[in-house]
Amino acid sequence: MRNYPVVLINTVLSPLSFLVLITFVSRGSLIKIAVEGAFIMSMFSSGMSLQSDLSHLKNDFKLQDMVVSSPTTWLTYMFGVALSEIVYSIPALTVLAILASYFSVLSASGVLEFLVVLLLMFFASMAVGYTLSTFSSDIVQSFAFTRLLSTLFSTIPPVYYPITYIPLPFRYLAYLSPTTYAAQLAQNAGGYVSPSLTMIVLDWVVLIAVTVTLFAIARSKARWREI
Amino acid sequence: MDNQALPNCARTETVNNIRKDSTAVSVDTMEESPQLIVCDHLTKIYGKSETKALDSVTFSIPSSGVFVLIGRNGSGKTTLVRILATELEPTSGTARINGIDVVKEPRDLREKIAIVPQEARTIPWMTPMQTVLSYLLWRGLDYSEAKRRALDSLERLGLSAYSKTLNRRLSGGMKRKVLVATVISSEAEIIFLDEPTTGLDPISRREFWEILKEIGKDRFTFLTTHYLEEAEQLANEIGVLNRGRLIRVGTLDELRQSVNYNYSMKLLSKPPSDFLTRLKGEVLTGRDGNVRILTSEEEAFAISRDLSRTGFKFTINPISLDDIFFYLVNQEGDKGIGVPEELETEEE
Repeated sequence: MRNYPVVLINTVLSPLSFLVLITFVSRGSLIKIAVEGAFIMSMFSSGMSLQSDLSHLKNDFKLQDMVVSSPTTWLTYMFGVALSEIVYSIPALTVLAILASYFSVLSASGVLEFLVVLLLMFFASMAVGYTLSTFSSDIVQSFAFTRLLSTLFSTIPPVYYPITYIPLPFRYLAYLSPTTYAAQLAQNAGGYVSPSLTMIVLDWVVLIAVTVTLFAIARSKARWREI
Repeated sequence: MDNQALPNCARTETVNNIRKDSTAVSVDTMEESPQLIVCDHLTKIYGKSETKALDSVTFSIPSSGVFVLIGRNGSGKTTLVRILATELEPTSGTARINGIDVVKEPRDLREKIAIVPQEARTIPWMTPMQTVLSYLLWRGLDYSEAKRRALDSLERLGLSAYSKTLNRRLSGGMKRKVLVATVISSEAEIIFLDEPTTGLDPISRREFWEILKEIGKDRFTFLTTHYLEEAEQLANEIGVLNRGRLIRVGTLDELRQSVNYNYSMKLLSKPPSDFLTRLKGEVLTGRDGNVRILTSEEEAFAISRDLSRTGFKFTINPISLDDIFFYLVNQEGDKGIGVPEELETEEE
């Protein structure tokens, strides 16, 4: 961080740029939802950044090889590097927390619900990032893929705006993305949308199931030890 | 490492000389000598390739000192090291280190090993202290113990003065030392170093040898290199790998004995046409046309007298590991290998 402060600016700019865009287009009416969306994007991108960073450490420094041949498990390694990704996101999260405290009024249970959603989103994207990194042999490809997935899952689905803004036939496509469920739960926690109880339960089930499945895939399919 | 401290070590029958069949090599000169690393028909085929990166490698190594694996680029050195260091699964065969199965019990083994992989680099934005410390924390040591060990190992490698300098400001040799400091700071009993001196200048390489000799005194070190002089300087035992096959294992003396010749002549210009046919010894002709003759002391001096009279240029030396390597590889049917650029000696 001390050596490349521009990285910090980048982590702030990405979620804020969409926040500003949505706020201007909606003439300020969607700012509360957009702030929550920016949180989701920030956490999702942090987890997904594991892909490029782990790939960099594996291919350019052979760090993964050194760690594999040590008592460290893949889970410890993944969480360790993921924590450092969160550290990089602190400036973005701080700015968003200030905006949220100004624009949003979340209850204690709403804050808790929102934090759990953010954590699940982070864990799910972390598992994807880790798994993909173990297959990567090209750092340039990894960086490109990280950006592609971050954009694909956090800006195209209804993360910065309610799902009701999407015309019905396309709404079903939005449900292919786990970020849609996370955003719906976050928007519900803030009281900005009122989905049915069944929908809320379904959102939780899908989000938890996706996270667990992605961890299971990371455990069984990732190339911690190469074959 | 004390041999007595190896409870599960494999034992092999006494063999008084180097035993070799088409696929297996084993060297044991001590009665019931404990073996630290035992590989049995270890084979590796990458993906759908038809080429075997390792071809039924079978050997055992005693439990102390420095073992050096030599071979050309692509001979399978890194594949073997990566399998033993639990980074890569073999296609078939077994390997046990200190009695622990490399494939089935990697977690147990990883407590005891550490590796500096080929082409490993220090992270440029970290300092040597941070590099060593973070590795020890990864390995699960508590902070105070990790810090103590990091300071110790940096001091041991003469890096104390640079402990807070960014890695990117260090020379190539110092960066390598940081990586070695990283693994020796750990509690690992077995250290794997995959071509640790590649790319270093001759002076830095010699400095490195002193460090590696020291490391080999208190823990088993498995080293790969394509610098044959390095193997001569460091190895208690040497393994020769060629095209995925381990063609010989033994001490330098044992390898010398296996060649049956004790002098090597290198002809520096084209010899007379009937000259080679009259020689008693092994004539190795390289792809570049250079001729190397392995012969007895008596014959070597007789030839040199003849050649001196004609003003023919040549060198004559006691047989070196370089000569042994060429001889063994030639015996394996890899004719006309010449002086491969991947194999470097100080003289060349």
